[in-house]
Amino acid sequence: MPRLLFIPRVSVPFLAALLLAGCGVREMPSGIFDPYETANRETHAFNVALSGVLAGAAGGDSALPEPVLKVAANFAGNLGLPNKIFNSLLQGRVEPAVMNTLRLLVNTTFGVGGLFDAAGTSFGLPEHYTDFGETLYVWGVGEGAYIELPIIGPSTERDAFGRVIDVFIDPLGAVLTVHQHNKVRLIRLTGNTAGNLRYAGSVTAILNESADSYAQARLIYLQNRRFALGATSDEDVFDPYAQ
Amino acid sequence: MKMYLTPMPNSRLTRRSFGGALAGAMALAILPRAAAALDDASARALIDRAVGEVHEIINSGRSEARMLTDFEGIFTRYADVTTIARTTLGAAARQATAAQMSAYTRAFGIYLSHKYGRRFREFIGARIEVTGSRPLKSFYEVRSVAYLQGEAPFELLWYVSSASGRDLFFNIVIEGVDLLNSERIEMGAMLDRRRGDLDAMIADLRARG
Repeated sequence: MPRLLFIPRVSVPFLAALLLAGCGVREMPSGIFDPYETANRETHAFNVALSGVLAGAAGGDSALPEPVLKVAANFAGNLGLPNKIFNSLLQGRVEPAVMNTLRLLVNTTFGVGGLFDAAGTSFGLPEHYTDFGETLYVWGVGEGAYIELPIIGPSTERDAFGRVIDVFIDPLGAVLTVHQHNKVRLIRLTGNTAGNLRYAGSVTAILNESADSYAQARLIYLQNRRFALGATSDEDVFDPYAQ
Repeated sequence: MKMYLTPMPNSRLTRRSFGGALAGAMALAILPRAAAALDDASARALIDRAVGEVHEIINSGRSEARMLTDFEGIFTRYADVTTIARTTLGAAARQATAAQMSAYTRAFGIYLSHKYGRRFREFIGARIEVTGSRPLKSFYEVRSVAYLQGEAPFELLWYVSSASGRDLFFNIVIEGVDLLNSERIEMGAMLDRRRGDLDAMIADLRARG
């Protein structure tokens, strides 16, 4: 096509677009499988109410200071690394397993037992996130239906199952007593919540203003999760101009 | 709803803030008028200029109302608002009259630019670097990296098409989440609230703008 400079000349594609506009509208495929929507929406209402309470406790006037939340999130993140390393190995991905192992070593030593993210800030070793849900994806298990879990939030059947398995396969369980491991689980849960609180504000704004926060949360989770898993392809990209 | 926690643990996006990212992206959205000649260098130059232009608005010290009007102008000139609006309305666009479509498109454009324009404080100091572009389906995908203050950089994709007769962007994708889909759901929900009454929905949309 010739270069169009500043003057919006009436071109062939322009006419074609006009004709198309007249003929109808290409609809975007939703890519959403949500047979449990009614139940999910009830859970969503519960989660929203719960988040309001949490926000009041942690984000109100007596808000926990940002550094406290950050340290809590760091500590919890460090304790979660052995499980991520194990999952990377289950997926046959050696590089992220090695990177996370280095990260674990650096943060446990220089990061004072994981309180500080020395690996991320000084060694260029950010966390490589993974979980058993991803392992299942790598093994070829389908996504299943969308589910909103109580407290946890958006998920899919595959990811929810993965979460359950992650509790049992955590390598820390092999070296700690049951009592110690339960403490670790509590720390991870608390720390991860602290981490979420740090970032919740911006996501909240989008959802707060939305006419349907359930549907927005569902879309954001599914699109972002598929992207993170590498489960999207050029074929899935919507082209409103295509015939 | 005061706060909603959405744990997406594998997502760098949630850790970056979807809102801030999208706001920055939308506000910095200035794309070349000559996409036929779009390449890495020209796209980079144009977006750099765009960043400067948006910063000018942000740092102008003008009233917020005035800034929102300025953002509106950016959308009108650089986004294919007609296509974005029509796509977000979905099947309802088929039954709409020409007058309804025109009213909807205008209301939608204002809603969209104001929605993201209002969040300008989050992208003060933002920087976007174009890293490349490639043809995709009938359009171009321009890749860029966004640096927001105090956040780790993240990838931002711009879909640019010349199908409207001008080179305009029609979608922005951040870590897999795209504007077109998000607004399609939003508009669908607003229409459902009015039980499919498009005129009532347009009035609601105007109220949000």
